[in-house]
Amino acid sequence: MKITVTVNGTDYTRVVEPRLLLIHFLRDELRLTGSHWGCDTSNCGACVIWLDETPVKSCTVLAVMADGRQVATVEGLARRRALDPVQEGFAACHGLQCGFCTPGMLMTARWLLDHNPDPTADEIREAISGQVCRCTGYENIVRSVLWAAKHDNAAEGEGDRHEPRLRAAPA
Amino acid sequence: MRWARAPDARSLGWEVGLQVPAQVEYEKAASVEQALALLARYQPGARILAGGHSLIPMMKLRLAQPEVLIDINGIRGLRYIERAGGELRIGALARHADLLAAPLAGEHFTILHDAERVIADPIVRNWGTIGGSLCQADPSEDLSAAFAALKGSMVIHGPDGRREVSARAFHTGPYETVVGPAEMLTEIRLPIRPDSGSAYLKVARRVGDWPIGAAGAAVWLAGGRITDVGIGLTAVGAMHFVAAEAEEFLRGRPADERNLARAGEIAAEHCRPASDQRGPAEYKRHLVQELTTRVLRTAVRRASELAS
Repeated sequence: MKITVTVNGTDYTRVVEPRLLLIHFLRDELRLTGSHWGCDTSNCGACVIWLDETPVKSCTVLAVMADGRQVATVEGLARRRALDPVQEGFAACHGLQCGFCTPGMLMTARWLLDHNPDPTADEIREAISGQVCRCTGYENIVRSVLWAAKHDNAAEGEGDRHEPRLRAAPA
Repeated sequence: MRWARAPDARSLGWEVGLQVPAQVEYEKAASVEQALALLARYQPGARILAGGHSLIPMMKLRLAQPEVLIDINGIRGLRYIERAGGELRIGALARHADLLAAPLAGEHFTILHDAERVIADPIVRNWGTIGGSLCQADPSEDLSAAFAALKGSMVIHGPDGRREVSARAFHTGPYETVVGPAEMLTEIRLPIRPDSGSAYLKVARRVGDWPIGAAGAAVWLAGGRITDVGIGLTAVGAMHFVAAEAEEFLRGRPADERNLARAGEIAAEHCRPASDQRGPAEYKRHLVQELTTRVLRTAVRRASELAS
């Protein structure tokens, strides 16, 4: 079946089997290997991407279901060469060790901050409760997102930060 | 509808290790009429695909092997939560996150927000649908108990038109509902009645897991007496997700602590939990007793607060 999916602002048209999972479409067809294929049972959240601006677990969505829709992946977070504040936060606060869960955590964190710019630690824990990290004990992930919230807010005055960042295509 | 087997899909997944669905055809429906026409054309091997968060895992495990998927995500008119005709009406394609975010739902039925907060996890709730959860008919599903407590009804469309079925007659067994192979669930209706309160509580091992046990209650009060009551139980082998004997006991009695506690005991006596990896039957029975009493207590308090 022929599908066209807009990923990080770019249209991709491919012929795929209906049974192909969206995570495999992204990784194997488009070679966008930032999103990780983890538990494959919608438990771990390493595969979280945005489908029409909503975080979903892409191991539990068929690629054909994304036909005509917008997908955003971790590859779309940085603009030009500037990292998103959530990416900077994870670097600054040691929000990862092995990094396997990080792409999903980043996508959920970005979505959370777009909808709740000043979350409490509890709200962050709730937001990432469907995602598993086996390295950090979550403590540093929560710190990273708090760091990003602070720096998101600091950047508010600088112009283009009011729109959810992933709406724009990367240059 | 009937699945080939009635498993615990998540725990089986790690044993079987199959991770890719079998080959399947795929069709998109843009309207209920179109979905019904496709269902009729591809009988008996067709399945409706909504959020897919139950069906796709089942397909990976070969517990479901439909020949054709009919994707209804493009039906615009099926995703809504609205008040009409003295009822709260929920489109079958409403996502769990929609229900949790809808003030209308929380305002009339606190039980719905109580339940949605503990269904799966926030990411799964973004895409999983209300209708899909009900039609999956997992015996541990939460909303089935909540809708049973609220005495709601389901609207089903088929080749012969539409019919409405009580939430308490919707499930015919584990993973089985009254929805026929050529039919689809389109709407859930919850009657809005005054002087009521409701609540839901669940005990699970961790976020996103199925409940060890859960209970929901809705009460309708007049002068401190319970004029009507609905008690829903899930994961504990309660027929149609209902604690009928406990409801019968409470009807007409004062909403006092002694009666609520007794109702919890009756609910525990009459449910039929199974011992499994989530706990022994005896423990689950204890949960039913405690959770039933607690949700009744909260429901009565909420009804009283609303009345004052």
